[in-house]
Amino acid sequence: MDVSYINPFVRATIDCFKTMITDQILPLTPSLKRQPFSCYAISGIIGLSGEAQGSISLGFSMPVAVKVVSDMLKTQINETYPDLPDAIGEIANIIAGNAKKELSKFNLSISLPNVIIGENHTLAGEGGAPTILVPFSSGSGDFMMEISLKTK
Amino acid sequence: MRILLIDDSTTMRRIQKTQINGLGITDVIEAGDGEEGLKKLEQSMPIDLIMLDWNMPVMDGLTFLKKVRTMDAYKDVKIIMCTSESEKTRVVEALKAGANNYLVKPFTPEALKEKLGI
Repeated sequence: MDVSYINPFVRATIDCFKTMITDQILPLTPSLKRQPFSCYAISGIIGLSGEAQGSISLGFSMPVAVKVVSDMLKTQINETYPDLPDAIGEIANIIAGNAKKELSKFNLSISLPNVIIGENHTLAGEGGAPTILVPFSSGSGDFMMEISLKTK
Repeated sequence: MRILLIDDSTTMRRIQKTQINGLGITDVIEAGDGEEGLKKLEQSMPIDLIMLDWNMPVMDGLTFLKKVRTMDAYKDVKIIMCTSESEKTRVVEALKAGANNYLVKPFTPEALKEKLGI
C-alpha cells in the first residue's frame, strides 16, 4: 500500500472535524498496524470498492465518542443516546466520501456505514493489505483512524 | 418555504434541520430514504425544495432524483443534492439527472444559506 493514499483521508478528517465538530484537530505520526489490538468502544467503518478495495474506520473510546457527537450536535448527549452509532457512522461516511475525490484513479465506491459497539473490540484488517494507523488529537479527545487499501 | 429533507442519517437530518431553522425556515418534512421521500412528497405538496442525500438504503438519492424528474407534478420543485460524494463526475451526474444544485458535506450554515438563495 502506497502510504500517500492516506493523505486524502487525513485531509478529509481535518476538514470534517473543523467544519462540524472542533477547530482543534491534529494528525499524529502514522504507523503500520502489526497486530490487532483492543482499545475501541465504538467504531465507524466504511468499505471501499472499485479499482482498489479496502476500508477506512474511525475508532473511539466511549467518552470521546460522546464528546465528539455532543460537539457535533451542539448538545450534550450521553452514551445511551440512541443515535450515537448513526452519528459515528456518518462522520466516517463524510470522511470517506470526501477522500475518494482525491483517489479518483481507483473509481472508488463507498459502502453505507457500519458501526461496531463493544468495549475493547478489535478491528481486523482487509485480507492481504496492510493497515495504516493514524492517531488524531482533537479538541473532543483522541481517536484512531485505520486505513486499509489493496490496489490491483 | 417548505423543505423536504431526505437523508438516512438521523444525525445529519437533525443538524441540517437546525441549520434550516436558523435561517428562519420552520416548515421542514423529513424522510429516511428515497422511497419514503416519494411518499412524503406526494403527501406534502406544495414542497418548494428538496435536500437530498445520495447514498441511502432502499432507494438512493440519484434514483429518487431521476424518478421525480419524470413526474410532471414535481417538475418545479428545486432539488439540492447534499452528499459526501464530492467527485466532479458525481456532481455532473446529479446535475444531468436534474438536480438544481449540489452541496458537499460537511457544509456550514453559510454555505447552505448561499445554496438556498436566502
